Amino acid sequence: MVRLLRSLGKTFAAYALLAGSISFLAGAGFVNPYWVQIFMLACIVAISAQGLNIIYGYTGLFSLGHAAFYGIGAYTAAYLMKTYGGQSQAAFLAALLAGGGASAAVAYLIGLPTLRLTSDYLGIATLGFGIIMKVVFDNADSFLPELGGARGMTGIAKMTTIPWVIFFLLVSLLVVRNTIHSSYGRAILSVREDEIAAETMGIDTFQYKMVGFVTGCAFAGVAGGLYAHLYAFLHPSNFDFFKSIDILIIIVLGGLGNMSGTLVASFGWIFLLEGLRVFLPPGYVELRWVLIPVLLIVTMLLRPQGIFGAHEFPFLRGKVQDDA
Amino acid sequence: MMLEIRGLTKHFGGIRAVDGVDLHLGEGDLVGLIGPNGSGKTTVFNLVTGIYRPDAGSMALEGENLGGIPPHRINRLGIARTFQNIRLFRNLTVMDNVRIAHHSHLEYGPLAALCRTGRFYNGEKELHEKVESYLSIFSLQNRKYEMAGNLSYGDQRKLEIARALASEPRVLLLDEPAAGMNPYEVGMLMEFILSIRERFRISILLIEHQMRLVMGICERLAVMDFGQVIARGIPAEIRENREVIEAYLGEDISIE
Amino acid sequence: MDYFVQQVINGLQLGFVYALIALGYTMVYGIVRLINFAHGDVFMVGAFIGLYTIERLQWPLAAVFVSAVVGCTVLAVLIEQLAYRPLRHAPKIASLITAIGVSLFLEYFTSLRQVFGPHFYSFPRPFPVVSWDWYGILVTNIQVVIFLVTTLCVLLLQFIVFRTKMGRAMRAVSFDYVTAGLMGVNVNMVISFTFGLGAALAGVGGVLYGIAYPQVNTFMGFMPGLKAFTAAVLGGIGNIPGAVLGALIMGQSETMVSAYLSSTYRDGIAFVILILVLLWKPTGILGTSRTEKV
Repeated sequence: MVRLLRSLGKTFAAYALLAGSISFLAGAGFVNPYWVQIFMLACIVAISAQGLNIIYGYTGLFSLGHAAFYGIGAYTAAYLMKTYGGQSQAAFLAALLAGGGASAAVAYLIGLPTLRLTSDYLGIATLGFGIIMKVVFDNADSFLPELGGARGMTGIAKMTTIPWVIFFLLVSLLVVRNTIHSSYGRAILSVREDEIAAETMGIDTFQYKMVGFVTGCAFAGVAGGLYAHLYAFLHPSNFDFFKSIDILIIIVLGGLGNMSGTLVASFGWIFLLEGLRVFLPPGYVELRWVLIPVLLIVTMLLRPQGIFGAHEFPFLRGKVQDDA
Repeated sequence: MMLEIRGLTKHFGGIRAVDGVDLHLGEGDLVGLIGPNGSGKTTVFNLVTGIYRPDAGSMALEGENLGGIPPHRINRLGIARTFQNIRLFRNLTVMDNVRIAHHSHLEYGPLAALCRTGRFYNGEKELHEKVESYLSIFSLQNRKYEMAGNLSYGDQRKLEIARALASEPRVLLLDEPAAGMNPYEVGMLMEFILSIRERFRISILLIEHQMRLVMGICERLAVMDFGQVIARGIPAEIRENREVIEAYLGEDISIE
Repeated sequence: MDYFVQQVINGLQLGFVYALIALGYTMVYGIVRLINFAHGDVFMVGAFIGLYTIERLQWPLAAVFVSAVVGCTVLAVLIEQLAYRPLRHAPKIASLITAIGVSLFLEYFTSLRQVFGPHFYSFPRPFPVVSWDWYGILVTNIQVVIFLVTTLCVLLLQFIVFRTKMGRAMRAVSFDYVTAGLMGVNVNMVISFTFGLGAALAGVGGVLYGIAYPQVNTFMGFMPGLKAFTAAVLGGIGNIPGAVLGALIMGQSETMVSAYLSSTYRDGIAFVILILVLLWKPTGILGTSRTEKV
């Protein structure tokens, strides 16, 4: 009990320090508000990426439709907040959780039939689902006009702040770390390693696949809700196949099944994208998307296991016993 | 009766891999299942562990019907196995491989893991100690943090057995545990098998080609050929059995 | 009724073009288990080669096809040797990400102002359009060309894969490349050949697409590529007749939905069909599952 309180205390202190210092820097005007917003975006992307890391990195499920769940969470949270929430912080929290819950529910429904498919087929099925959802988002205004459809959804309150974003990022990291370094995490890994062997050792592989998939999609849903209230505008093109690919690139670049890698790669990717937009001379801004793929190809050729490979930051190692 | 198999049948397309097989395994028995390659022995294991569904026949563990039950539940009921082509979790540590097999006996829930409660730490500690004891039977405890894929072949085979044991089965199915081992290792394996039967009070059914091991430790044998059991008995009888010799060596051989 | 038949023909036209792209995906996947994301962009390059040779160089149609074939084949083999071959023994996801990188690079590099720019080009008609009224149904010579050329290509492909030594080598490598290599097959060359063959078909497809739907731009390969890949999976990935079947289904469903429901749903319906098919037959319509020996 003491141990639990101590670690809770440490966690809260870390949160307060991070959220407090960055908020101060932003509020006092030391950092350009544009970059503050980019920082928050990076945190949001990191949360979503941790989700895909759970799904693909740890559970081994090749999902190419992650952006769809990001979108489900975004639209759900935005709709609820806009219709019922006003400006209330408590309502915001509820809306975010509802967004995560909606994504989780859809993930459960989609998972039931598709998680039995083998890897590449699962990829194409989730890709297909992603495209179907984009079409749904495009035509959403025909059943719920507030959602805007292809015109986009406006009138969303700018509720996303640094404390919220850091809170959920920390929560996502803790959830992943604590789960992976436990028997439940090892059970999930065994599903990735060898399904048949895992089954014969008593692991209900379908159940664990479901847990991994639903949890990862829930992360994406919460991230989506935060995203909606960051830029206060939603458009279906934010949730297309390219966005799913972005996240996949991030987790592979960082190192599959690696929390630290996913975290660093998320920030690296967002800041690289934005950094290039700012620092390239005007007129050469399109060069971003030529340079970035080259960087991607070179990284894969030189370090196919990702930048971090299997190494984790100390605070993410979550060692229990005197594990190595 | 621990494990009772009656009339077990499985077809793959036109091939009768297992054709009306009867087998029984009593409490504490050590039975060998032998026969030429392709005779259906591993398929019997796959059926018993729920990887394949039988087309006909029944399988029962202490009277409880196993038909149609998924593999993970069959393991929880008390049957564990090793694989002919080792199926370790190669990218996980030795420790993790064995810990995973013990998951169904876990003492803490997911919430405890998430919140890192005392129950979680105690559970992990007990798990750690338990796994160490399984590993030390096979002298693998010093390699516990190595990647399973990096172990030597012989150690990998031993690890597979340790892992199967960690799921605390009542029946252990060993599929060619001595494959690729040298005579010294086979001798050690024979001792291991006898001692784990004793220590954990389990019944063992093993598939093996190495006759020294089979004749040395098995109390009874069943011989399969083309999906059927062609002979049963104690090792001494089987050694002399005409049909068995023909199955292995062909019909034109005469043994002096 | 006439409208329906008209749409069927339009659907066939689209399906045949998809088939040319789908074949490349299915062959490459069959041989190296890679989803070649860059394949759709090779198709795009074929269309642009067609654009250039027809409009600037004013070459006859035969020469246009040949140059598209040559150009795309060279491009694909280059990509394979530079980007995919080094990663052949790395985890498969690394090759996949690299393929994505190559695809993005091709799309965005060609969209630079200094190259082709991001705008749409009007694809010139290499021959005047003639249409025949057949009992109230319009059939154009473009459609006839597409049907003929595609059928010819598919027959040629069947011949290569099933009647030549190289084709036998391709099938061997796709089954077990290690053993094929030990049996004396030059695995590297066979793989490069497969990439090249798929790209050749995509090049032809690109030219045909430009003739049929004369708006091209550097991002045109993305969606057709995705759909063609889906078609290949639908028919059973790695299966050549399956790719053609899947492509015809995709083309038909897309056209029908666009004609009878709404064109905003056109992209989605193909994937709904895909998911339904996969639930019924997890390895695609004509796909065979390789059962794992336990």
